Amino acid sequence: MNQKVFVKMKDICKSFGSVKANNLVNFEVNKGEVHALLGENGAGKSTLMNMLSGFYKPDSGSVFIRGKEIKFNSPKDAINEKIGMIHQHYKLVDVQTAKENIILGQKGNLFVNNKKLSKKIYDIANEYGLPINPDKKIYDMSIGEKQSVEILKVLYEGNDILIMDEPTAVLTPQETKKLFQIIKNMASKGCAIIIITHKLNEVMEVSDRVTILRKGKTITTVITKETTPELLTNLMVGKSVNLSIKRPEVIKSEEILKVENLFAKNKNGVKVLNNISFSLYGGEILGVAGVANSGQKEICESIAGLYPIESGKIIYENDDIVGKTPGEIINKGISMSFIPEDRLGMGLVASMDMIDNYLLKEFHNQKSIFLDRNPILKICNKMIEDLQIVTPGVNHPVKQLSGGNIQKVLIGREINTNPKILITAYAVRGLDIGSCHTIYDLINEQKGKGVAIMFIGEDLDILLQLCDKILVLSEGTVMGIVDARTTTKETIGHMMAGGLNSKEAY
Amino acid sequence: MFQMIKRAKISKKESALIRLSAIVLAFLFSGLFILLLGHNPINVYISMFDGAFGSLYRLKETITITIPLVITSIGIMIAFKMKFWNIGGEGQILMGAFGATIFALNMPELPKFILLSLMLVSGFISGGLWALIPAIFKVKFGTNETIITLMLNYIAIKWITYLQYGPMRDPSALGFPKIANFSDNAILPSLFGIHIGWIFAVIIVITVSIFMKKSKWGYKISVIGESFDTARYAGININRVVLFSMFLSGGICGIAGMIEASAVNQTLNYSISAGYGFTAIITTWLSGLMPSIIIPVSLLFGGLVKGGNFIQTAFLIPKAAAQILQSMILFFAIGSEFFVNYKLKYKKRNYTTTNEKESV
Repeated sequence: MNQKVFVKMKDICKSFGSVKANNLVNFEVNKGEVHALLGENGAGKSTLMNMLSGFYKPDSGSVFIRGKEIKFNSPKDAINEKIGMIHQHYKLVDVQTAKENIILGQKGNLFVNNKKLSKKIYDIANEYGLPINPDKKIYDMSIGEKQSVEILKVLYEGNDILIMDEPTAVLTPQETKKLFQIIKNMASKGCAIIIITHKLNEVMEVSDRVTILRKGKTITTVITKETTPELLTNLMVGKSVNLSIKRPEVIKSEEILKVENLFAKNKNGVKVLNNISFSLYGGEILGVAGVANSGQKEICESIAGLYPIESGKIIYENDDIVGKTPGEIINKGISMSFIPEDRLGMGLVASMDMIDNYLLKEFHNQKSIFLDRNPILKICNKMIEDLQIVTPGVNHPVKQLSGGNIQKVLIGREINTNPKILITAYAVRGLDIGSCHTIYDLINEQKGKGVAIMFIGEDLDILLQLCDKILVLSEGTVMGIVDARTTTKETIGHMMAGGLNSKEAY
Repeated sequence: MFQMIKRAKISKKESALIRLSAIVLAFLFSGLFILLLGHNPINVYISMFDGAFGSLYRLKETITITIPLVITSIGIMIAFKMKFWNIGGEGQILMGAFGATIFALNMPELPKFILLSLMLVSGFISGGLWALIPAIFKVKFGTNETIITLMLNYIAIKWITYLQYGPMRDPSALGFPKIANFSDNAILPSLFGIHIGWIFAVIIVITVSIFMKKSKWGYKISVIGESFDTARYAGININRVVLFSMFLSGGICGIAGMIEASAVNQTLNYSISAGYGFTAIITTWLSGLMPSIIIPVSLLFGGLVKGGNFIQTAFLIPKAAAQILQSMILFFAIGSEFFVNYKLKYKKRNYTTTNEKESV
């Protein structure tokens, strides 16, 4: 029987404790279709897909694959149903070749017929337009190539229902384009493809239909051609949202921080920062673009005194701060605020309340050996009011707040110290659109006060709208600093890939 | 089908109830064991209780055991707060006792107050220095503190054994391998029939509570225990805090050693730590690292030790039966952590089995 509907999930419910992650969700994917699953963080996208791949069992509801009801008890059931998932974080063995990774975990003979295998892999690769060398080791591959291996692995297993979790997060715009072409090829060969994403432009570009989830419920399924990004956002957020980000004009003041010829290596001796030079000016937002792990985190942590630097200078008011510990930097009176990427692992103490978390920044200033928490109580209460932080109270552990409120606590604490420099790493990651805009407003407010701001971002559209200048990183090297008002996404994309002649990624 | 569900949050009352039921379950299971030995567990438990708390004399004995448990638990707690797994309490007690003994034996004629003060300070410093060794290794070379603190216990035991059989052997003990008894001035006085170690314990509990809750150092220790990265980010000198806290942790255990040597044994020998360093790991963990809870938990364990000795003579069952009860309590207490975080829910499979085939 030739089934058109490959996947049908009906009235799916799944709770974690008191949280209803999925509440009567309905979802359908056809053969030959690219179906986007759109929703904000915590809308239930991943939960739904984890049930389709057998990682979770639904509390209630039914799943039909090719018209047959299937009860998933383990990921094995999903494999039997030819459902393959490509995770956001690739699960490949670094020291093995593409070929070895692809056959890993496959049934087969004791001995591998190498030639036949290579041919089969080539055949599949050619069929879908995946350029790949089966004998290349994974550690020699670019991120785009690794993704190709993941996709090939899933196809080699004969899967025709593919789930891709945020596949473009680590890709340059050019690599993304190629990926979308491959996805379209796969769909035209009869696969059903589900893409989990929260990036609207990608939904518009690649999908045939979109299902929108909000707070664990299916809002609707629409045909992509008949909708607009604005409409999708409104459905996703549940109210109409102004998508534009303000970029107030502030007259830039003097140079506050100057980074000169910075080199650094990671624990394994691999060069992570390669001759980095740039300056931060008061009243200006310097954006930093680059695919994931291009050295963004290392730059931030170097400036904050948290990363070992091999050579180079970081000059703040005629003073080189390289080699100083965070404690020394704070005690020298350098007013610098760093909003790290890992909020609960570095910026805040998850199990402590707001007051004790505020103390992280404040305890240096208290001279007595005993801490006085009373003045902090007042500051925290004011912060809750000013930033509209939703919390049961200042004595509530911060880990129990929502992502947006956690970030407000962190940013609130940092800007309360009236810094001269504000460094933010992925400040809006995981936040809903409303919270994102609150954070942009806060950053713009600091810009207005003449603070020098460095904004590490992952969404180029936002960097282009919010920042004044954009520094583009590729593999720990500065490819250039461009004016955000005049440059284009394509230019930045080429630079992210390592030059204007895009490397042969893919 | 049972289902595991993560609890969003849990009230203090609920979690206390779960932990209490762990202790009750431990008694039930150990009861089965006692039944196998051919005794009525209820009778055994009653006489254990009787043996530990049944008379004023027995209560005093139990409290005498509780004192070193409380002090050692407080010492260990400081390290545990920092997630520095100090299981070297045993060795730190012994070295503390050794430090106190040097003064007790060499300056026996000093006035009582001065001699005891010197012994206290020396016990604290000796225990502290002993604990500093694993801390230095950890800070300098990133070694595993669990193994080093554990191994140092045995070195300390062998060191005291060597002293006892060798250089510090009392020539007037008729060939018996023992260290000389302390002079009267080196022995802690009593108050209300119990040596004044109990006053030390109370003072230590109160001081450390305030230190951990209110002081800058206590705050830094908690931050380091939660996350190294956050501590670095906040500009805390982690190495310095680790070294200082381990010195404090070992020093407090050393005070327990000084008290045991001075008040209980009135000499030094290799068995004065009597397993307190290990039992204190259990009591510290059971008390949830809260100083005020350490006192009742230590009293319970003091009672178990004392009651265990009692049933040995009353029922002629080995003391090991009581030790099984101790380990059962730890076993169930650790198991109960799961129920603090999760709850089990009984539910029927309710996948809908509608016939959907016609619709596709």
